Amino acid sequence: MVTTVTVGLGSCGIAAGANKTYDKINALKESDKLDFILKKTSCVGMCYREPLVEITDETGTYLYGEVDANRAVEVIEKHINQQDPIRDYIVYTDLFDAPENDFIGAQVKIVLRNCGYIDPESIEEYESREGYQAIKKIAGEKISREEVIDSILKSGLRGRGGGGFSTGLKWKFAYASKSTDKYVICNADEGDPGAFMDRSVLEGDPHSVLEGMIIAAYAIEATGGVIYCRAEYPLAIKRLNIAILQAKEKGYLGKNIFGIDGFNLDIYIKEGAGAFVCGEETALIASIEGERGMPRKRPPFPAASGLWKKPTNINNVETFANIPWIIMNGAEAYAQYGTENSKGTKVFALAGKVCHSGLVEVPMGMTIRDVIFKLGGGIKNDKKFKAVQLGGPSGGCIPEFLSDTIVDYDSVNATGAIMGSGGMVVMDETTCMVDVAKFFLDFTCKESCGKCTFCRLGTKRMLEILDRITNGQGKAGDLENLEELAYQIKDNSLCGLGQTAPNPVLTTIRYFRDEYEAHIMHKKCPAKVCRPLLTYTVDEEKCTGCMVCLKNCPVKAITGERKQVHFINQEICTQCGVCFAKCKFESILLS
Amino acid sequence: MRIARIDTKKKELNGDTQDLSLLDPIIALHKGKKGNLIPLLQGAQELYGFISKPAFEKLSRETGIPLSDMFGVATFYAQFRLNPVGKNIIKVCHGTACHVQNAVEITESLEEMLKIKDGETTEDRFFTLESVACLGCCSLAPVMMIGDQTYGKLSGNEAVRIIKNIRLADKN
Repeated sequence: MVTTVTVGLGSCGIAAGANKTYDKINALKESDKLDFILKKTSCVGMCYREPLVEITDETGTYLYGEVDANRAVEVIEKHINQQDPIRDYIVYTDLFDAPENDFIGAQVKIVLRNCGYIDPESIEEYESREGYQAIKKIAGEKISREEVIDSILKSGLRGRGGGGFSTGLKWKFAYASKSTDKYVICNADEGDPGAFMDRSVLEGDPHSVLEGMIIAAYAIEATGGVIYCRAEYPLAIKRLNIAILQAKEKGYLGKNIFGIDGFNLDIYIKEGAGAFVCGEETALIASIEGERGMPRKRPPFPAASGLWKKPTNINNVETFANIPWIIMNGAEAYAQYGTENSKGTKVFALAGKVCHSGLVEVPMGMTIRDVIFKLGGGIKNDKKFKAVQLGGPSGGCIPEFLSDTIVDYDSVNATGAIMGSGGMVVMDETTCMVDVAKFFLDFTCKESCGKCTFCRLGTKRMLEILDRITNGQGKAGDLENLEELAYQIKDNSLCGLGQTAPNPVLTTIRYFRDEYEAHIMHKKCPAKVCRPLLTYTVDEEKCTGCMVCLKNCPVKAITGERKQVHFINQEICTQCGVCFAKCKFESILLS
Repeated sequence: MRIARIDTKKKELNGDTQDLSLLDPIIALHKGKKGNLIPLLQGAQELYGFISKPAFEKLSRETGIPLSDMFGVATFYAQFRLNPVGKNIIKVCHGTACHVQNAVEITESLEEMLKIKDGETTEDRFFTLESVACLGCCSLAPVMMIGDQTYGKLSGNEAVRIIKNIRLADKN
């Protein structure tokens, strides 16, 4: 068996320096005439260990973590030349206990079945792992459109973009609309800050999304396909373009594809131009049509009248990536995972104050605590876990005491958050919940398209109140005003953006009211984040009198002589935080 | 509200030095196709780095799309710029993961060092500083992106050091 060396080249890997690692290994291979196959793959999900290098030889598979160019030399020398794997660097293997075995072991990979295993730029590698077998099975066994829709219905798959609407039903409606032209659209406008599941799937396994779209197109009798992808994901767009080209060459896109008479399909990519609201399906359609991305009134739903007023089916990247697996393995196999109303698995992007930030795919029904502590490895720097934010700007914060909530649509909704697309941002005791609420509202306020008055002006008014609170000018009645505005915005907005925009504020008021009150009544920020509410003083024991803070203070509030303890004049201090950032001896205290 | 992107202060939308004939192939490619407005603007921006007033006028004149429609779309989407930008665009990520890990410090340090505010360009047109929503590299938070290169696990000082190196490399 020939040894293979695979380097993970997803966006996160590249950012961590994986290209240098790849080049180094390639140079070694050339110069020393080493006998192994060097391959590229995408994100394995273990972003916190990037750059990752996997070596497979006749003894087994070894995944090395944090392999920079220097470590790559070491690994190649020891493992390849001397056949002596370096145990200290191995993060995962099926041969012995390695630090990340649990991280892989606790996951169920359906959507991410190929991510990190195949070269995303090779259609042959995708095909070697049952790729395009699902659509060939449909063509070969002459499975009817109704049967395909029926098995997606039976699988219980719900839209993974955040709405959670039954995918099978959506297809059924689009199929029922009669028209000579129909469209299938893949929503890859992943705009939630803190979410990168779709990017990883597109970069790691673009063909699975294409195959999912082809199956959907067959089921609803679509004649055209569009992938609406964020322009901020250049690598995903590049790999999708390669995938589409390869599929065309193989005859998987074009006329009478897969030998099905009259099944014509072309797919092209439409680059988004940077507007969060375009994740909403009617706004997305407006954007493809070249207009301002403003949502339209529903009904008519896109299934009846969508792109160019033709019946249109829109699904998210992750939803499409599930489809081939369901067709191959059957609806029952998919439905065995999950809870009564939420079947299958969900991919989460773990980020924030968690040890193992990265991509995980877990069966529905796992508790949030398990996701964070078993897979995520707990909280960074042994801080106390405070809350987790689910669903981005449309979602909410689930506090620590509710972390036994299970991951399924209904349970998460009951907490006031939403499942959303899968961003899971973990927060610890040093995160201020008022600041987080303000952060999200600032985002939705900027991204509101301006069509509905309540969303356009209401979010602005809420933001002003939150600004005051975090500046130490909060007053009694602010919380009640926030809540009243929040419910009005929810009730009077046309699309999902406005209807959910107040969620981060509502959930933080619900679970962290004391923190709001500390800001308003006592002018204190318990997490020490809101600067105008802090007092900066010098720790007399630690101060070395180096004069760095004194020189950097923009308002000259600091006095002191060299090698003497400095002093901050509170009357002049503007709480800008420069001294705290500049001090090398941690001698500036916050209170 | 997205309309806030329209600069109320009158700024020069100067395009005097631009060779507008470069737009011809783009116009030829998209003219008359439905849904062509955004690709037209994207093409123009790719050429010049921003969309100048003469460029808008030429596009409108030759495609028949009203100027008001073009301006409406260009100001709606974050991607389109109506002002010249620096050679290097520094995109500091302010997604959730970066925000809770002190992305504000990165922006503030760079503002201080480059002596410009967020969204502005240095006098020598070498750097433009921008805040962006999520770059999708949350596991490396806080991050910034310059060109195609992403820099992760930053601190204010680290970010300043990277910028200094880029300027240094350019001088040599």
